[in-house]
Amino acid sequence: MIKFALGRLLQAIPVLLVVITATFFLVHSAPGGPFSADKAVPPEVIKALEAQYNLDQPVWQQYFNYLGDVVKGDFGPSFKYSGRTVNELIAAGLPTTAELAFYAMLIAVGIGVLAGVTASLRPNTMQDYVPMTAAMIGICMPSFLLGPLLVLVFGIYLDWLPISGWGDIPGDKILPSITLGTGYAAYIARLSRGGMLEVLSQDYIRTARAKGLSEPLIIIKHALRGGLIPVVAFLGPAFAGLLGGSFVVETIFQIPGLGRFYVQAAFNRDYTLILGMTVFFSTLIIVFNLLSDMLAIWLNPKLRQEIRGTK
Amino acid sequence: MKTFDSPSCSKTTSGNIHSGFSYGLLTLILLLLVGCGTSENNVSNGNRDSILHWGNGTEPQSLDPHIATGVPEHHIITSVMEGLVLKDRKTLGPIPGIAESWTISDDGTVYTFKLRKNAKWSNGDPHIAQDYVWSWWRAMQPGLGNLYVYMLFPIKNAQKYYEGEIKDFADVGIKALDNHTLQVTLTNATPYFLQLLDHYSTFPVHQATIEKFGTADQRGTRWTYEGNLVGNGAFRLADWKINRRIVVEKNPLYWDATNVRLNKIIFYPTENVTTEERMFRAGQLHVSNDIPADKISVYKEKRDPSLRLAPYLGVYFYRVNINQPHLADKRVRQALAMSIDRDQLTKNIVKAGETPAYAITPPGTIGYQPPRQFNFDPEAARQLLADAGYLNGEGFPTTEILYNTNEAHRKIAVAIQQMWKEHLNIDIQLLNQEWKVYLASESAGQYQISRAGWIGDYVDPNNFLDLFLCDGGNNRTGWCNEEFDRLILEVAPKAKTHEERLAIFTQAENILLDEMPMLPIYIYASKRLIHPSVKNYDSNLLDQPSYRDIYLESPIEAAEKDTNL
Amino acid sequence: MAEPVKDMTKEFEEHGSSLWKDAWIKLRKNHMALFGLSVLVILIFSSLLTPWIAPYSYEAQNLDLGATAPSMAHWLGTDIFGRDMLTRIMYGGRVSLMVGFIATAVALVIGILWGATAGFFGGRIDALMMRIVDILYALPFMIFIVLLMVVFGRNILLLFLAIGAVEWLTMARIVRGQVMALRNLEFVEAANSLGLSQWTIIRRHIIPNTLGPVIVYTTLTIPSVMLLEAFLSFLGLGIQPPESSWGLLINYGVETMEEYPWLLMFPGIALSLTLFALNFLGDGLRDALDPRTSKD
Repeated sequence: MIKFALGRLLQAIPVLLVVITATFFLVHSAPGGPFSADKAVPPEVIKALEAQYNLDQPVWQQYFNYLGDVVKGDFGPSFKYSGRTVNELIAAGLPTTAELAFYAMLIAVGIGVLAGVTASLRPNTMQDYVPMTAAMIGICMPSFLLGPLLVLVFGIYLDWLPISGWGDIPGDKILPSITLGTGYAAYIARLSRGGMLEVLSQDYIRTARAKGLSEPLIIIKHALRGGLIPVVAFLGPAFAGLLGGSFVVETIFQIPGLGRFYVQAAFNRDYTLILGMTVFFSTLIIVFNLLSDMLAIWLNPKLRQEIRGTK
Repeated sequence: MKTFDSPSCSKTTSGNIHSGFSYGLLTLILLLLVGCGTSENNVSNGNRDSILHWGNGTEPQSLDPHIATGVPEHHIITSVMEGLVLKDRKTLGPIPGIAESWTISDDGTVYTFKLRKNAKWSNGDPHIAQDYVWSWWRAMQPGLGNLYVYMLFPIKNAQKYYEGEIKDFADVGIKALDNHTLQVTLTNATPYFLQLLDHYSTFPVHQATIEKFGTADQRGTRWTYEGNLVGNGAFRLADWKINRRIVVEKNPLYWDATNVRLNKIIFYPTENVTTEERMFRAGQLHVSNDIPADKISVYKEKRDPSLRLAPYLGVYFYRVNINQPHLADKRVRQALAMSIDRDQLTKNIVKAGETPAYAITPPGTIGYQPPRQFNFDPEAARQLLADAGYLNGEGFPTTEILYNTNEAHRKIAVAIQQMWKEHLNIDIQLLNQEWKVYLASESAGQYQISRAGWIGDYVDPNNFLDLFLCDGGNNRTGWCNEEFDRLILEVAPKAKTHEERLAIFTQAENILLDEMPMLPIYIYASKRLIHPSVKNYDSNLLDQPSYRDIYLESPIEAAEKDTNL
Repeated sequence: MAEPVKDMTKEFEEHGSSLWKDAWIKLRKNHMALFGLSVLVILIFSSLLTPWIAPYSYEAQNLDLGATAPSMAHWLGTDIFGRDMLTRIMYGGRVSLMVGFIATAVALVIGILWGATAGFFGGRIDALMMRIVDILYALPFMIFIVLLMVVFGRNILLLFLAIGAVEWLTMARIVRGQVMALRNLEFVEAANSLGLSQWTIIRRHIIPNTLGPVIVYTTLTIPSVMLLEAFLSFLGLGIQPPESSWGLLINYGVETMEEYPWLLMFPGIALSLTLFALNFLGDGLRDALDPRTSKD
């Protein structure tokens, strides 16, 4: 297992290098530089600014300088937020986004697994149709629609919950977490229903039933472990998706997270910030994919053997 | 590596299972989520503690007055810094700021300012005339990349120094005669010069602080951060959480501190205008930065006292690229201008009290009434188009309207597209580009017709007309008229009287309107939601509030007027 | 994942009717699936016929009328430009359905080929191909779109490509996982030893067993593609006003959902209806194509 993890981490290095390289040349070839503005900027000003940020050097040299800095863990200064470094901005936004993603994940897994398991226990009955129809609605409800709807109902009409901010007013974390989590809850519901249906038809469950074990015990002790493998495998990509998709929710709810920085950086051509964020996100995606794969292997003895056999 | 599996389900029947426990858990989670939380109200708390909650649009890029360029930056900077002169919050006339008085020489070129003896920096340092000499020297360092440096160009030799023609700063017309007397010499009498002194690009900065964190012309040092920033304004920077909030608190060392009534102002980066309006409704903001166009009629119908619409010194127009063959004929441009139904646009699309524009200069700017050369007249427009060789629009190439990605711009473009199709029978395409791409296309002349807007930096027709100078960086239409340039650059500055100066502007604007390198559309309106508890907030042409005058009504009175919709 | 195909070994001796014929017979018995299918057929036909049956022009404006609630003259109301919503939803459906089906097809083809290749060969080839997928996942999408827009200009074909380029990644991962799990199973090896050709194995065993998840994921992809199209069109890639799509109509509708709820509701209903129809049909197809249920 450790060998497997180390191998994957080694593979991550070339992946990151390609990501950095591709992103670097992508952002540098996008039209409009970081200093263009609607008021005409005199050429001498542009020159002075480019000199300050070393943008007057050849692109290749900038590229290698950048690589050198990244190896040292330094993402450089932000072009747009005068006086702030990219490291500082990531550090400012990360706790918020991570917390948001974590709560959203809790909601997604909590509701998704419950709904999926519930549905799988009596397939093709109302107990199946109701949660699965809800899941379909959840999947087709984009967060740019769900967010404002929740805000209107719970924030404005009922006046139960705050509608913006993060950690400023008690309860202001609830609506954004639900908004972000719902879509994934729906996916997880479908995945866990499928997984559970497979497992519940297995011989060992039948054996357990024949032995007269109580149903809750069978489900919790025996069925869930196998039935949730597809869900676990989905967690890695889902977490990456949550991080990346959080910008819509962050914008709707005025949350100071990484997603907003990322989008603003792209619009502002804040080269260093875009690059820093991309490297950071890719690393996270790789790590979470690895973690979820490892969890899936641990849950599935068959795969465990396969890994041992091949390595 | 394993991948995530999609729901591969089989329809196997399972036994009878008591699933009550699932429902129990589900209910628990739902209770956990929904059962807690009541919203506290910023507005009522703020009224109690004199804290103003302000929707500020976006996160400021910099609080350095010689680097910043935007309206959100303006709001924060003017709370923590102040210029020689302030503006009256209603009329925008100059009133004493750091300078308690000033004299102007008879020819209008020499200004002598007397600085207040009790003016101090927020760290207690004395605030003296030499601060201005150093600050303006710094503002003119090319390395700093100050986009507003031209605000200082009326000063004698300033432009030459900036462009390197003059090396010695002593030759520039800025002198500290003693600690409390500053003398500024201008090239020409500049009637709007005092107004420029209330613009942040001419604000003084604290030399010792800037040099502590870097060199004078270094961008991106940390001197503008909380704990570092030293200013001279009514408030001082207390906290700056990026993308979350900026807090300024009352500055006890401010020269007029006894008359400042707010304890704190909290600025929020409210990027999303829909969210902002809801924040306002939920009592989280005293003042909103904007209001969605479709919400205005709702507030109007309810006669909601929070809705504040006022004329704003800005013009929305379309640039026409006259280097495009079919747009080079001025009759075509006139036809386009005459077939936009501006009354319809302002009444049904933008809706916030904007007024139709028939010239580039907003009417009433220091008494200037722009000439009017045309009306909405589809009949005459068709005739002009026919004269230009496109009878009934036939043969007119498909023309593209370029606009930056934005809901409001899209609506206007969609309406104008249809107006031109209907009245002129020409084919119009829309093209939206992301902001920076749009800027690149426009300044490279890679467009046919392009959406534009201009907000005045100071109240003077000059600020609008000089957009269309031949080599003006903001012209971007390819249009160039020597007579127009001569009037603006040479004749107007030498005018002896106010009336004579305005007459010259009229003459210049007539040329512009005859040639029509731009299609004026409407004059902006400022639109905000302002909670009734906010007092002494007067709307003015520049939409610039005076924080030192604002106060909040006591919570009891405010409660009676609660405006939750 | 390995479990569901166990029973398959029994199927070797069978020389029944073809997979698709079987499936069709089973599908016809599934009422929900038939309902989904008929809704889709109706939607596609009404889209094709829109220019002839739409009650109004989709671009003619009446600014004085503005946004009005549903009435006899305008069954689904009008938008802020006074344009008939029914007409606009019909025209929008043409774009959305086309984008949805074509872009999903692009994603499907690339994803299946990529995933199946990686899964079938395994080892180094698999590792390399999947790392490429990782890289593409990590690239900043927004910058990518802006760049595409500038390099290629506006083009509806480009829109399909951009969407396909994004959506195939997940499809590739799913197919690869499925193929990998099947590759080493006894029944495939058994088929090999029975002397069945590779193609027959792929056709008779790999495809039917991979089809289920692919179909389910496809039904989920089509609506998300339609919403992605709205996002891209909003950024300026793709269709431009006065044309519209369901995604764009929903996007605009969200902004005025309090004042003019019908501007959000009706396009939302149209999209959801399509989604449910697709989902019922997808579930039905999956069951119909599932080799195991053939014994039931």
